[in-house]
Amino acid sequence: MSNDRLDIQGLGKAFGTVQVLRDVNFRLRAGTVHAICGENGAGKSTLMKILAGNFPADSGQMFLEGRPYAPANPAEAIRAGIAMIYQELDLAEHLTVAENIFLGQERTASRWKFRLDNNAMTQETQELISRFGFPLTADAVIGDLSVAQAQMVEILKALHQNAKILVMDEPTSALSQTEAAQLFTIIHRFREEGLAIIYISHRMEEIMDLADEVSVLRDGEMVWHAPIGDCTVETIIRHMVGRELVDFYPKRNAKIGDVLFAVENLCDHEKIADVSFQVRRGEVVGLGGLVGAGRTEVANAIFGVSKHISGRITMQGKDLKIHSPADAIRARIAYLTEDRKRTGLCTALPCSWNITLPNLDHIGMARILSLKKELEQSRKEGERVHVRWASPEDAADTLSGGNQQKLLLARWLMAESDFLIFDEPTRGIDVGAKKDIYLLLNELAEAGKGLLVISSELPELFGVCDRILVMREGRLTANLQTKDTTPEDVMRHATI
Amino acid sequence: MNKFARQLLPFSSLLFIISLWTCLVPDTFLSFQNISNVLTRSAANGIMACGMTFIIITGGIDLSIGSMLAMTGMLASIVMLMLGGGTWTAICGGEFIAMPLWAMVIGTVAGMVFGGLCGLFNGICITRLKLAPFIVTLGSMSIFRGVSYVLNDGKPFAISAYTYLDTGKLLGIPVPLLLFAIALAGSGFLLKYTKFGRYAYAIGSNITTAFHAGINVNKILVGAYTFMGLLTGLAAMIYSSRASSAQPSAGLSLEMDVIAAVIIGGCSPAGGKGTMTGTLIGTLLISFLRNGLTLLNVSTNLQLIVIGFIIIFAVTADRLAVQGGKKENI
Ligand SMILES: Nc1ncnc2c1ncn2[C@@H]1O[C@H](COP(=O)(O)OP(=O)(O)OP(=O)(O)O)[C@@H](O)[C@H]1O
Ligand SMILES: [Mg+2]
Repeated sequence: MSNDRLDIQGLGKAFGTVQVLRDVNFRLRAGTVHAICGENGAGKSTLMKILAGNFPADSGQMFLEGRPYAPANPAEAIRAGIAMIYQELDLAEHLTVAENIFLGQERTASRWKFRLDNNAMTQETQELISRFGFPLTADAVIGDLSVAQAQMVEILKALHQNAKILVMDEPTSALSQTEAAQLFTIIHRFREEGLAIIYISHRMEEIMDLADEVSVLRDGEMVWHAPIGDCTVETIIRHMVGRELVDFYPKRNAKIGDVLFAVENLCDHEKIADVSFQVRRGEVVGLGGLVGAGRTEVANAIFGVSKHISGRITMQGKDLKIHSPADAIRARIAYLTEDRKRTGLCTALPCSWNITLPNLDHIGMARILSLKKELEQSRKEGERVHVRWASPEDAADTLSGGNQQKLLLARWLMAESDFLIFDEPTRGIDVGAKKDIYLLLNELAEAGKGLLVISSELPELFGVCDRILVMREGRLTANLQTKDTTPEDVMRHATI
Repeated sequence: MNKFARQLLPFSSLLFIISLWTCLVPDTFLSFQNISNVLTRSAANGIMACGMTFIIITGGIDLSIGSMLAMTGMLASIVMLMLGGGTWTAICGGEFIAMPLWAMVIGTVAGMVFGGLCGLFNGICITRLKLAPFIVTLGSMSIFRGVSYVLNDGKPFAISAYTYLDTGKLLGIPVPLLLFAIALAGSGFLLKYTKFGRYAYAIGSNITTAFHAGINVNKILVGAYTFMGLLTGLAAMIYSSRASSAQPSAGLSLEMDVIAAVIIGGCSPAGGKGTMTGTLIGTLLISFLRNGLTLLNVSTNLQLIVIGFIIIFAVTADRLAVQGGKKENI
């Protein structure tokens, strides 16, 4: 066990009657990046949470640098040198960036041990931020940040711990390519310094770029392990899903019709100005740009989330007056938000309730709810997007990250809206399920609906959209037909 | 952890208390008279607990209900006495005024309306001024109590003929108990089978999500506080009837009992969780506990101490029971 930093042997874990991990063996060498792949619900996050001391395993052993390791709680794991970037953002909303980064290990003044040295912490945080070139300030409050920025704080918090093992559970799912690239340089640097890194992601290109070794989890079992030299995207996927995956971006036969939805000179007097575009029936329009370019703000403005909006919003030529999401939903607009934890789910409530939440009127339950019918209908919608659940009556937070995302898709499919906005629809979704979602988008377009897809993944924009709008600093900078443009073009409009 | 198992704990505690008293004071405790008394006495608090369940599920709290009870009781008795032909000085002087039945009926309805208005006031302050429910109701608690004292200079209004809501019976069932049953069934229905209830859960679980899902959050919140007020108005009438007068000091620290019942019944103070069955069990648990302690000649002061420990115990036990299925062991 010479240079094994971590050795996991025969690990098992069950939640109630559901066996989530079975006899998992896993070895992590120092100075390497080890990717763990697997479908949604395969057990990746569960394995990492055991490593980080969130809960104990039922059976099996772990060895950290040859010594038995069984953390009783996250604090112990951190002390042992495990730094973890959780899949779901896990920050104190009301504290600042600096306070979050130092949470649990605050600096104190040299003379008075009980007095926090806030200046030193802010300064150190600011240095950390500028070292990595993230668009953040040390004294910003987390609640005011975008998901991507919050994700960056998570990354900084983990990097700051001088860990022996760095675990990243889908760190890039909320980042655009530019920020992700910055992260990769950092990862390379850490690897050279001898850190052992576990990297979980559903983005295959990243894994091929970064990883030295790949392990694949399927239904809680480690089914495959290989050095990156022996891997291709196809072999990884085959082991993940147990079948070949062809036609990743399926063809669509939608007839593009009349203009369905249009905005003119949309302004929110803060982040976006003068945004105008149209979406036709049967058309999938992409919205690209860097994090912070104002894409989510456009969606918020349309959906009545933000206040003080000016500009004109029309649906089928008729003016819409939207003052709240309720108005927007009534006007048959749907909006899948980017942050499922903050704005998407009521995590403690049953899956079925989460699916029907905005749809109760719509499924004929305006006065009296029929719980049986509700359960049936939500089960049907859930199965349509292949949610993996023990029962729709379980709380939403017992699902894996990707399956939570599918709940939200099911919700908005059920709403049968005419115009749908999807903000990062495949965030945290595995490759097999991504294709299912693309098929769903096609189905919607073929049914004559209009779609606006916000995505930070350029391949996704090119794969699913008929047209790509690009934003920079709150303004639209380009309106490109997908077939006449290239990723370089889009990046140019997004940055210059 | 399924829903049934979650009810099990408060329910078995209730059974435990009942069997304990049955063993310790068998003759007095198990008499029909005693049990019926306990149930009837718990009615007013139970009615209020129904309203409180909604509020706690939305993640809020209403501290003002004790004062609200006193104030609405006072106001409603003024209505009754005035309708009965009393002059202001006669009313304040506590003279006997004969009230016709219709005056009492109108007075009772007026009590509920006043309560509803008080709740509406709380709800509007919370949603329009964007203040925490804790702060608004802490303020209105003081306001309502102040008004009750000011109305008759700290003296009660006598309504000696108003006894129906205390000793009255309909089909052999004590009226307060009947009202409790109606309030409970109605609230249970609202909570489980209407959008109002469902949205209350959603708001308590994640208010931003609720807003994004097109829920009119303010409307639901105002509705919940108004409903609380209505039920408090009704409870106020039961209290006045029992005392044959409206006391400005009625319901002192009553909010604590009501909140305790709801929490013991399994509502989470953080919102998003709770059931009416739980609230019923919580209410009965506190009433039976009090009753048995009284039968055992334990002083009310000591009872306070016992109840305090029970609250902490109940919530801890609930937490432990849930932990099996919970992710983090914080
Ligand atoms: N607290 C819990 N209670 C019950 N089941 C749970 C709990 N947490 C996770 N599970 C189940 O364990 C399984 C594995 O979940 P996990 O989060 O590890 O998946 P994952 O591989 O990280 O998936 P994803 O790619 O979607 O993030 C899922 O089927 C999930 O439903
Ligand atoms: Mg996961």
